[in-house]
Amino acid sequence: KSPVQTIGEEQIQNPYTELLVLKAHQDIVRFLVRIDDYRFASAGDDGIVFLWNAQTGERLFELHGHTQKITAIAPFSSSDDSEEKNHLILTASADRTVIVWDCTSGRQVQKVSCFHSTVKCLTVLQRLDVWLSGGSDLCVWNRKLDLLCKTSHLTDAGISALLELPKNCVAAAVGKELIIFRLVASNDGSEGWNVLEVKRLVDHQDNILSLVSVNDLTFATGSHVGELIVWDALDWTKQASECNFWDSSVHPDLQPEIKLSQSPNEISVQHLTSDEECVFAAVGKGIYVYNLQMKRVIACQRTAHDSSVLHIEKLPNRQLISCSEDGSVRIWELREKQQLPAEPVPTGFFNMWGFGRANKQANQAAKKMQENTPVHFLELVGDLIGHSSAVQMFLYFGELGLATCSADHLIIFWKDGERESRLRSLTLFQKLAQNGDLQCKF
Amino acid sequence: MISAPDVVAFTREEELEDELYSEPPLPEEYSVPLFPFASHGANPWAKVASSKFTRDFILISEFSEQVGPQPLLTIPDDAKVSGTFDLNYFSLRIMSVDYQASFVGHPPGSAYPKLNFVEDSKVVLGDSKEGAFAYVHHLTLYDLEARGFVRPFCMAYISADEHKIMQQFQELSAEFSKASECLKTGNRKAFANELEKKLKDLDYTRTVLHNETEIQKKANDKGYYTTQAIEKANELASVEKSIIEHQDLLKQIRSYPYRKLKGSDFHPYEPECALDQANTGCDQDLAASDPAEPGERHLYAHVPPYTPKLIKAKSAKCFDKKLKTLEELCDIYFFTQTLDQLHQIERTFRGDACYLLTDQISRALLRQQSVTNFLFEDVSFLDEKPPEKQYRGCQGLSQDAVDRKCSEESPAPKVVISLGSYKSSVESVPIKMEQEIEDSQEPQMTESITSEQQENLDYLDADIKGSISSGESIEVLGTEKSASGLTKSESQASLPVSPSPQAGRSKVGSRRTVSEDSIEVLSTCPSESLIPEDFKASHPSAINEEPYLDDEEGGLRFTPKLSPDNADEQGELSKEENLMQVDSACCIGKESPNFLEPLPDLGQKPCDEDGVVRIPPQPYRQVEPGLHGSFGAFPSHDGISGGLLPYELDSRYLSGSRELSKSSLDECSDSASYISSAASTCSDRTPSPAHPACQASERHKKRAGQNALRFIRQYPFAHPAIYSLLSGRTLIVLGEEEAIVKKLVTALSIFLPSCGPYARPVKHWVTSPLHVVDFQKWKLIGLQRTVSPGGVNVLHTLSRYSRYVSILDADSKTLRCPLYKGTLVSRLADHRTQIKRGSTYYMHVQSILTQLCSKAFLFTFCHHLHLPISEREPEEAVVNRRMSFLKLQLGLANEDIKIVQYLAELLKLQYVQEPGQGANPLLRFDYVPSFLYKI
Repeated sequence: KSPVQTIGEEQIQNPYTELLVLKAHQDIVRFLVRIDDYRFASAGDDGIVFLWNAQTGERLFELHGHTQKITAIAPFSSSDDSEEKNHLILTASADRTVIVWDCTSGRQVQKVSCFHSTVKCLTVLQRLDVWLSGGSDLCVWNRKLDLLCKTSHLTDAGISALLELPKNCVAAAVGKELIIFRLVASNDGSEGWNVLEVKRLVDHQDNILSLVSVNDLTFATGSHVGELIVWDALDWTKQASECNFWDSSVHPDLQPEIKLSQSPNEISVQHLTSDEECVFAAVGKGIYVYNLQMKRVIACQRTAHDSSVLHIEKLPNRQLISCSEDGSVRIWELREKQQLPAEPVPTGFFNMWGFGRANKQANQAAKKMQENTPVHFLELVGDLIGHSSAVQMFLYFGELGLATCSADHLIIFWKDGERESRLRSLTLFQKLAQNGDLQCKF
Repeated sequence: MISAPDVVAFTREEELEDELYSEPPLPEEYSVPLFPFASHGANPWAKVASSKFTRDFILISEFSEQVGPQPLLTIPDDAKVSGTFDLNYFSLRIMSVDYQASFVGHPPGSAYPKLNFVEDSKVVLGDSKEGAFAYVHHLTLYDLEARGFVRPFCMAYISADEHKIMQQFQELSAEFSKASECLKTGNRKAFANELEKKLKDLDYTRTVLHNETEIQKKANDKGYYTTQAIEKANELASVEKSIIEHQDLLKQIRSYPYRKLKGSDFHPYEPECALDQANTGCDQDLAASDPAEPGERHLYAHVPPYTPKLIKAKSAKCFDKKLKTLEELCDIYFFTQTLDQLHQIERTFRGDACYLLTDQISRALLRQQSVTNFLFEDVSFLDEKPPEKQYRGCQGLSQDAVDRKCSEESPAPKVVISLGSYKSSVESVPIKMEQEIEDSQEPQMTESITSEQQENLDYLDADIKGSISSGESIEVLGTEKSASGLTKSESQASLPVSPSPQAGRSKVGSRRTVSEDSIEVLSTCPSESLIPEDFKASHPSAINEEPYLDDEEGGLRFTPKLSPDNADEQGELSKEENLMQVDSACCIGKESPNFLEPLPDLGQKPCDEDGVVRIPPQPYRQVEPGLHGSFGAFPSHDGISGGLLPYELDSRYLSGSRELSKSSLDECSDSASYISSAASTCSDRTPSPAHPACQASERHKKRAGQNALRFIRQYPFAHPAIYSLLSGRTLIVLGEEEAIVKKLVTALSIFLPSCGPYARPVKHWVTSPLHVVDFQKWKLIGLQRTVSPGGVNVLHTLSRYSRYVSILDADSKTLRCPLYKGTLVSRLADHRTQIKRGSTYYMHVQSILTQLCSKAFLFTFCHHLHLPISEREPEEAVVNRRMSFLKLQLGLANEDIKIVQYLAELLKLQYVQEPGQGANPLLRFDYVPSFLYKI
């Protein structure tokens, strides 16, 4: 097997040179959600929600209300027309309740506890000013927490993911199926909505694990057995699919027994993210970049981590961050390299396409295929090591830094040391001036 | 700590003088004078041959009315300490200079015996024959059975080093005053108690006598009185008189005028109401005044009721009677407290004087460096000693009253040194500015004194002599006089006799007199009621006055007027100093005019900082001629400190020291210098007594220094290890044996900057796997290496977090850490160093680290190094400016820059941190490769 790529201790491009450990949770921290420019909330298996200031690392509020682990969290900002933005967050828990919290006061606004099953996902349709909860059925709520409508019982397993689609539609991943619902204004009512099931898509062979919107016209799904399907968001037809990330036919060097030994975990699509051009898929231990135009994987890192990649995110600057069960966070950069056709793959080159000791024939074929096309590869530019257990999720705060949460109960906020140092100097001189210690002589 | 890297003998030679003018000389207190007996092969540090005791000790003596002066106890209580030293003889000496033998009894024109509330007297005396020099603290305790109700005692700190006594006079005085106050408080209590019992006896006796008289009257109807009856009547009358006298005494002792000290740190021992009671209800009898003292009653509630005894008509003071012991005279609780206090004093002042001095200087300097001192110092030692400290035993007594009293009471005499005054004295002025502190308190204080005094005088004629603030006048060595002024012949301190508000402020001349038998006495006598003639008559030949001292006294008297008494002037001073020092700050490294611009932004603090580092605190011990010179040359205070340039300082200093070296051959002028040196020292001196914890930490420092020395000699890769510590990279000492690891950790901890004032980021011994939180909290960790599966886990986490840590393997003697190519650490830890002693090396390290701190401070507080000068200035320009400052101005190379940057970050965090909340600990790190070092 190809070893995990490592980067030395010298990481010039890694901006995170300062870290702040936020220790508050008593169990696995699974969710981080951004409230506004400088605040975020964290939640996990201890059922407590914490609000943090991302600038200072200060703990703003500690929200108690749930008795069991939290299963979903979603920010719910008030509509834009109101004067001051009222930041709310919704949390769903295994205790079959959903609580609405006010982030400004840190108080519980309302609690809904009429669910028959655990709510596993929450989605806010900002445009319609309603929110949806997905469990064994799909419920639609308005801001006042009135139940507007609900579907019939769908499945015991429940809805695992929800995605807003155009034209008042939502896609719900229920097991192997992808069900499209449409919200229609109720005939009788003023602001009532009815939810109608419009289509069931059964193209996936296994449970759908991830659901991501690519753009207004496209969305993508990934399943447990490594299928990636790109859908048209309007007519819900399959635009493209990739299901052989792991296919040994592409990698003839892999021995059959190794192939057999591959557990589904190693090929399941754990998480998807996208920018306009590409869908980035966390598949098993690897990361794959699927180009929508070319309809093929343009770059990949088959073993990006020692263990399953749990979350990936694309940064604006062509960088990609991934976190994994191995407790590390890695920063990748998608680079292009015009490769001359005749030039052999340099040894020690990154495991592009997963070629370790590539079969010469396949190598040649591959090269022919991509002749005169830019070669993309993911280069590891840095890794963040701090957690001692699986990093569940992270939240990118732009230049403020990066928050990561983990099964070791910790949240670590990674910051740019240079920037922080500068900010501290600024604060210092402000305080000096304020104290009158600084006699301005310039 | 700021200290000389190592003590180097510096001997002055005449031909070098010219050179010395041009070079900044070694500060006087660090230099070692030519040793007069060098030819005998002795070294300058050798014990004075003539002293018969091995170390300093405290002696308590009493002038017993039965046997004369006798030593009571020594501290430490060890026969070896005093050796062959004749305690009896020395007791005689020290008791013979008791200036305060208070006048008690029937003063002319007064019907009743008066108690005098006598201030303690403090004198220094020396016996060069014995090689003993002593600070002597006289005090009187009350004893109903004693002659005149008083028992004179004295506590003496005896040392072979007269300089030490002179230099530490102020501290000794302050500490001994505390002890004495404690003793006296207990004594007053015991005395009042005794009086109460006596009164009950008398009352009982009166009743008995009265009854007898009545019986006799009845039995006798002859119309005339028998002699027996007359005798009885006389007896009754005398008992009545005695009762009145004793009641009066009781009121007097209860009305001990605590209020005179209001405003200072002294707090009354008695409840306030007692005083009021005494003042207003002078006619009230005891029974009436008793309820006014609930505390007292409560306190003695458990005491079994006293059964009165019949008192014989003539209770003559018999010499065969056993006098009360000191312990009996004072409440046992207070007696033990006093002993504790004295032990503390002994511990504080033992050792070499220059060490004490250095310690005090550096403590004073450190206290000023409020922004940086937390980095490498244990700041908790700098905190003022809480007043309860001394009486912490109080908690043992559950009674509230006692607690309250005790905590209120701690009489810490106030010798405050403000930053400003300290600074100015560092700069140039040898005269203390304590004046200003006193002055600020003086108004209320004197007011209360006077009103109080008037009342008391009216009623009690209590003598509140001499304000406790001998410090407010410039003299140091003072007996705060007693009513009788028994020995005051030569101090013609011409003070108004009437207790006016001025009394407290009156300037007092200081005097030195040399008695024929070589006892030197330095005394001052701020006495109002002094009658010099009396003294002269009684001790005509005791002490010879030295006429030439008049000049000196003039000079000294002059000084208080020089002292500015407000903060404004200080502000001005420091501003002026700033201007001077900003310039010099710019000159660090090399001159670069274009860099001058940002520096003024430093504001005051950087300059102070810089100034402190740059200018050694040399003019501490101004010698007398210099003193005079400065008075002549600089009639105003701010003229001196503001305008004086460093070289002027130096030359002045030099002239002074030259004078000293000359005069040291001459006994007379030598003695003259005592006064001045004492005056100037005490003025500059930090008041705080050595912290008790210091003793322990001294030992710790010494050991740590020794281990560190061993470490740098033993390990060739000491430099990168130390660099790791200084740059904030956690260093893990890995080893199997706890003792070895802990030793290494202790050794290395002296290089470790703290992240905040109260926690050292050191963890001596850890056995569990480390987490990232640990690196955030600890910067130096001792880690156990085990072969167990758990141990594997430990090592696994180490390799996982290897980017955050440097690992020193104590077993295989390897180090894994980033490369260090700077120059700073090599100065800090030179394996070829000639330093042998742990404590010396510790000081060496501290001095280099202090230098480093000042650089970090300068770097942190230079505005333009971190922020753009104008809005448009790009960030790169700031970065370039910052780097060039670090490289050129601060002269840092390579990794040294990171050290200063890290320290600067710590300073910023500390400064920015809100007082209420603890700083969020940060973990800063670099992505730099590590290397493995092997021996």
